[in-house]
Amino acid sequence: MKKFTVAAAMAAALMCGTSAFATDLEVTHWWTSGGEAAAVAEFAKAFDATGNHWVDGAIAGSSDVARPLIISRILGGNPMGATQLNTGRDAEDLIKAGLMTDLTDLAKSEGWYDVIRPKKLLESCEFEGKLYCVPVNIHSWQWLWLSRPAFEDNGMEVPTDWNQYVADFPKLREAGVIPFSLAQGWPTNGIFGVLLAGVGGTDLFLAVNRDKDVSAVEGPDFRKVAQAYADLRDAVDVNETVGQWNEATAQLINNTAAGNIMGDWAQGEFAVAGKVAGKDYDCLPGLGLNAVLDTGGDAFYFPKNDDPAITEAQLVLAKTMLSPETQVAFNLKKGSLPVRGDVDMSAANACMQKGLKILEDPNGVLPSGEQLLSSDTQQQLQDLEIEFFSDKSMSIDDFVGQFADIMGSAD
Amino acid sequence: MADLSHSRSAAIAAGSGPRRLFHNLFVRNFSAKLAATPMIMTVLIVFVGCTAWTIFYSFTNSRSLPSGELVGFDQYTRLFSNRRWNASVINIMTYGVTSLCFTMVVGFLLAVFMDQKIRFESAFRTIFLYPFALSFIVTGLVWQWIMNPAFGLQETVQNWGFTSFTFDWLKNRNMVIYALVIAGLWQGTGFVMVLLLAGLRGIDEEIWKAARVDGISTWRTYLFIVLPMMRGVIVTTLVIVGSGIVRLYDLVVAMTQGGPGISSEVPAKYVYNYMFGAGNLGQGLAASSVMLLTVFIILIPWMLIEFRPKHHS
Repeated sequence: MKKFTVAAAMAAALMCGTSAFATDLEVTHWWTSGGEAAAVAEFAKAFDATGNHWVDGAIAGSSDVARPLIISRILGGNPMGATQLNTGRDAEDLIKAGLMTDLTDLAKSEGWYDVIRPKKLLESCEFEGKLYCVPVNIHSWQWLWLSRPAFEDNGMEVPTDWNQYVADFPKLREAGVIPFSLAQGWPTNGIFGVLLAGVGGTDLFLAVNRDKDVSAVEGPDFRKVAQAYADLRDAVDVNETVGQWNEATAQLINNTAAGNIMGDWAQGEFAVAGKVAGKDYDCLPGLGLNAVLDTGGDAFYFPKNDDPAITEAQLVLAKTMLSPETQVAFNLKKGSLPVRGDVDMSAANACMQKGLKILEDPNGVLPSGEQLLSSDTQQQLQDLEIEFFSDKSMSIDDFVGQFADIMGSAD
Repeated sequence: MADLSHSRSAAIAAGSGPRRLFHNLFVRNFSAKLAATPMIMTVLIVFVGCTAWTIFYSFTNSRSLPSGELVGFDQYTRLFSNRRWNASVINIMTYGVTSLCFTMVVGFLLAVFMDQKIRFESAFRTIFLYPFALSFIVTGLVWQWIMNPAFGLQETVQNWGFTSFTFDWLKNRNMVIYALVIAGLWQGTGFVMVLLLAGLRGIDEEIWKAARVDGISTWRTYLFIVLPMMRGVIVTTLVIVGSGIVRLYDLVVAMTQGGPGISSEVPAKYVYNYMFGAGNLGQGLAASSVMLLTVFIILIPWMLIEFRPKHHS
């Protein structure tokens, strides 16, 4: 009898042991471009090294495609082990409904509250004092990428701010270079936010996006931004637009286009193509006018699960993603900045160093539109901006009026 | 015995009061009613129930998850002051009218040609019906490549030497909706043809003989005798094609993503974007309720005509 108990106990221990170790965890994300895939492979490698198994659930297409799929899977009671979602208000409803695993205890024991900067990043993962997601990187939209050869081969100086760059448009056209490479859809929308922070300045950005101040929208500064947006619209030839953001980056890599506004994830593409920052391409954070970066980024959520083995694996994955080694390896590939201030980023390239420096300055950090506006407001703004950008006959007054209406009813 | 019970139930049916009502509701044709119960329950719960749910929540301020807080017609006011929605409505009307006219006319003409006892009829029928076997996503992607100015038709013809040739409908805000019509026609006309051909084949040979004896020309016979006799088939075809138009979505997503700008947006895409992308259930449901209402406005006159009591003369 005693023998049997011992054997049973050993068998039970063995079973627990195996279930605690090789757990398969499905992780959904929408990182499918070359640089992104290389970065996510770093996560998978680090997680597999803990003895668990990363089951890759990449969803092709942008977040617009993936987000509804992910949310409906969680709502439909078929949750994945972990999933990417942008930090912000996206997942708020899911948290409210109690569908996400609480990570507060792990965060305390790992000391995340002390090392993660800026503080806003963790705050946007919090709901009623509890932590529900892991921010894995800091992404910022406010970057103007320039192909150095596109300028230098045609006997031009590489511009150092947005105004010089816009003044070069006619000369670039003459030289047969596409002045501004543009991808359809959300990139068009993102450009406006960048112009708002760069041309309009930090105060205007906050007055519009954070305070939803209608009088700021109707003011002269906002008009200047709308004018810059309209000027860009008039300079772009619709027949040159491409489908995906990485195709627009590829135009810069091939030197067929001179510049592009895109978030720092574009850097992953430059890296995969073997281009060197400062030599093959240049970057101007905040368009060279107002050196600010928004601090949105990617975050992983861990939907609640009935299986305790999966819950345990979720915590292991969360811990792995934020370990200093993984943070460095991942962010170097992704082109983004690490969320921990205590890691060694000396391996980072010239553009990332510029970004790190801005991050140290408290005035250089902006909250992102995603954190300030609900997806409903974002969708309406996106519709408006895309319409304005495609319709050269739409007047600036019309645009400003519509923008003010949306902001007036934003929640 | 059978006679006896039959006459008894007939006596109850002929009687009056609640007993008769109960009998008529439950006992009469009992087995038929039992057999129809699953269908009736499906209709009540799935169709009517979900429709009621949709309409109710379109009057609330629901975001990602349903909330019971009523806000009156706010969602509808916002819907009809939204430029994208209004553009979508105009687009679907343009698409609907153009594509309905063309599919019906072209489909009918093709069916008439097929009806001329031509050789290799089944081969032609297969060829014309083939696009219908492809999904709208595939159709959309194929036509997106064909119409893409940088790779498709325009580039090919220009490479032949006709450098002034332009065909940039996909990038042209005014023409993009007709680019969708073309792809839709390519996909759907064969199906209409097959339906109408079946209708043509259902016409009695005697009618043709009589028309020939009376010396009526072939095209007149088709137009004034055969066509009116095919009313049933034509109505069915119209309903199928019409419902396909109202729910147009995948073709747009595959071909244009609603662009350039918002010039090829359609209502179904608005519903999807606001319901899932923007996490605004109330707004999405309001838009889908309006779509439902449109379908009813189209369907009710047809139902009145089709199901009105037949007069016995």
